[in-house]
Amino acid sequence: MLSLKFDEDTCKTCPTSDCLVKCQYMDFNKTEAKVEMLKIFSGEDSPVLHDCVTCYGCEEYCKRGNHPFYLITERRQEKGILTAPRAITRQWINIGEPLGKYRLGDIKKKILSFGFMPEFLKLVKGRLFEDVMPSYIFGQEFFCNVVYIHFSNTAIIKERLPVIMDNFRKLGVEEVVCMHDECYGSFTSLAPAYGIEVPFKPIHYFEYLYNRLKELSDDIRPLNVKAAYQRPCSSRLSSDKHHFVRDIMELIGVELVDRRYKDENALCCGDIFGMMSGYELKNDVQKRNIDDMVDNGAEYCFFNCPACQNAISEKVIKRGIKPLHIIDLCRMAIGEEPEMEV
Amino acid sequence: MSDIYNALAGIVGENYVSYQPEELFFYARDPGLMPANSPDYVVLPKTSLEIQEIVRLANREKISIVPMGAGLALTGLVIPLKGGIVVDMKRMNKIIKVDERARYVIVEGGTSQGFLKSYLEKNYPRLRHSIPDAPPAATIASNVIIHGQGRLTQQYGFNSDMVSGLEVVLPSGEICNIGSPSISPDWFSKGAPLPDLSGLFLGWFGTTGIVTKVGLKLYPKKKIRDVEIFVTDNEDLVPDMIYEITHTEMVEDVLIFSQPLPMMFKDNHHVSFYLTGDTDEEIEFKRKIIWNALDGFIRNKDGGFMSIPPAMKPSLLEMPQTSASRLADVKKGGGFEYSGPIITVEKYPECSRKLVEMSSKYNLAYSGMVRIIDGGHCMMFGFAFTFNRADPDMMDRTRNALEEISEYVLKIGGVYWKPTVAEQKVAIERMDPNTRYLMKMIKDSLDPNGIMNPGNWEVN
Repeated sequence: MLSLKFDEDTCKTCPTSDCLVKCQYMDFNKTEAKVEMLKIFSGEDSPVLHDCVTCYGCEEYCKRGNHPFYLITERRQEKGILTAPRAITRQWINIGEPLGKYRLGDIKKKILSFGFMPEFLKLVKGRLFEDVMPSYIFGQEFFCNVVYIHFSNTAIIKERLPVIMDNFRKLGVEEVVCMHDECYGSFTSLAPAYGIEVPFKPIHYFEYLYNRLKELSDDIRPLNVKAAYQRPCSSRLSSDKHHFVRDIMELIGVELVDRRYKDENALCCGDIFGMMSGYELKNDVQKRNIDDMVDNGAEYCFFNCPACQNAISEKVIKRGIKPLHIIDLCRMAIGEEPEMEV
Repeated sequence: MSDIYNALAGIVGENYVSYQPEELFFYARDPGLMPANSPDYVVLPKTSLEIQEIVRLANREKISIVPMGAGLALTGLVIPLKGGIVVDMKRMNKIIKVDERARYVIVEGGTSQGFLKSYLEKNYPRLRHSIPDAPPAATIASNVIIHGQGRLTQQYGFNSDMVSGLEVVLPSGEICNIGSPSISPDWFSKGAPLPDLSGLFLGWFGTTGIVTKVGLKLYPKKKIRDVEIFVTDNEDLVPDMIYEITHTEMVEDVLIFSQPLPMMFKDNHHVSFYLTGDTDEEIEFKRKIIWNALDGFIRNKDGGFMSIPPAMKPSLLEMPQTSASRLADVKKGGGFEYSGPIITVEKYPECSRKLVEMSSKYNLAYSGMVRIIDGGHCMMFGFAFTFNRADPDMMDRTRNALEEISEYVLKIGGVYWKPTVAEQKVAIERMDPNTRYLMKMIKDSLDPNGIMNPGNWEVN
């Protein structure tokens, strides 16, 4: 039985309780935050279990590697506290069910993992990827399943993730470039937290892109545009790779607009909020976020996660901002046409 | 060459009449499950006067006559059960007049849905009609004659409720105007304030006359159209959800679908509703009101809005929708048939459970397809099955499932929509005897020789 490694003492001795103090959706001071986390650890009820919007932010705010969000998720499941309507949870679980319809490219020791995001089948092309492609995988059989922490369901992850690891093992791959940072977070954060062995070296695609762009540096023509980054929830699971956003933008001549909702203060795309909480929270968050992009002169909004891109592209277009995936932005810098320009 | 053929050729010209078996073959069947039966002739008239002559000929010769649009009802309504003449209306496809300010159109009896849609888009971009989710070849006249439903049915009722006048060739051959056109040049009403005679023809499947012109109400076409899907795992709550949505009076079309495949739809019921507006502000205003109307279900975790992938949206927004044709090929045989009773929305849970039960009993792939009618007064619940036409056993199982459903829906208060001949007989048997008597008087009076689409709505 897989169980979460959460250390109570680490929490007790935490000098900041940033996990909840920094939360953008709940309001706790340091003392209250510690009390609530310890209540959660000991199995007591807490407003956190009812009000947390699943932004994953606390996984980044906790600098002690103690996985507060995974703990919240575990306790919610134990107590039957649903985050989303049952039907939405069921829909997402159904979507991720392996059906033997996965796709394999020409598999080598190093592969690109598209997880179960079909957008990457279109996005991933051109010189940035020519040293690995067509070595890729796509499908539910390689889907990291981390998304279910949004739905307070770690049971399905515990059931499926070991099988996913076996599927990778059978491929015999050594390095997996994760094109979605939820996958990367699954392999480097969630799997170790539950003691699941990962049989390959995960590589975050930001790091891959950065290195490829350096190799192609002679071909880069600075874009000289201002852009806002829509940081996804999943990047909170791999915050050590977040610096690559700035590094990559510097390489391709994009000015990251200095805005309120950036880095640790980034706001969620809001899509999941709509499913869970209804109209007000979703639209409030999206409005504040996009207002902030507009107010700070962003010409482009670039995305890391295709789901975020789907969620707010239409709204940013209506505000005069061009939405693009970061891959497309990088491709533009080396003279290629973006694949999914809206 | 028969005298009748010569007479028909004399009326429409020999290029537009046939008794050749390769042509009669197609007029002997429809795409559903009903057995084929060949006509003796098929004729394609161009005018109401030609139809008048054909009807007079049929009366003289006591030969059956079956008016036909695109033949897409699926329940065999234009299969010529007693042979005779199929009158294919396709050449009568003119749009005669659009009154932009009074918002109606007058079309000939063979005008297709697709033609009217494209005509309006090109010439009257601020007007639209209630497009059914049938292939674009489906005709306006046939659709209103079978009480079809369309994209504006939630707001304005059955498509037949949107008729604003008719021209009909009676079984005796007279050309008769119905509604305001009977005394006015303006086709704004099918009845009121006069006695509403349109009921002598709408819903009668061509057994009381041939509709040669239709006045049809048009409605404002907004610049923006969007869709949302509210999902629940509890069918018992669907009527409450529909009640809340329709109470807002903010939505255009409201549909419900449930099906086991693809996996993302399994085990849930999907209430999809459409929003229209001329500005983003208008759309957002409506969206907010509807979302908030459903907030209680979200709070209780009984339902929620699904995130619609951009790739899915165009197919949800297309008119007509082609999802039924995709369903038809699930079994790789192109077969699709449904029973679509009209019934109160309160009966959704039991209909839904019955569909799953029948699917399991007869081992069939299914889809539940619902359209809300007229603000929620009732709905069309489509018990839809897909089958392989090359698999007779699967076709038999589909027939058996539909028969069982047909029996069931009457028991729970439903009324057949575009019933097969067998269903019509059951409906007539169970009908209030005085209603049945009235139908018989009407039929006998209008069509004493029983030549009009015989077999359908026959009251003996």
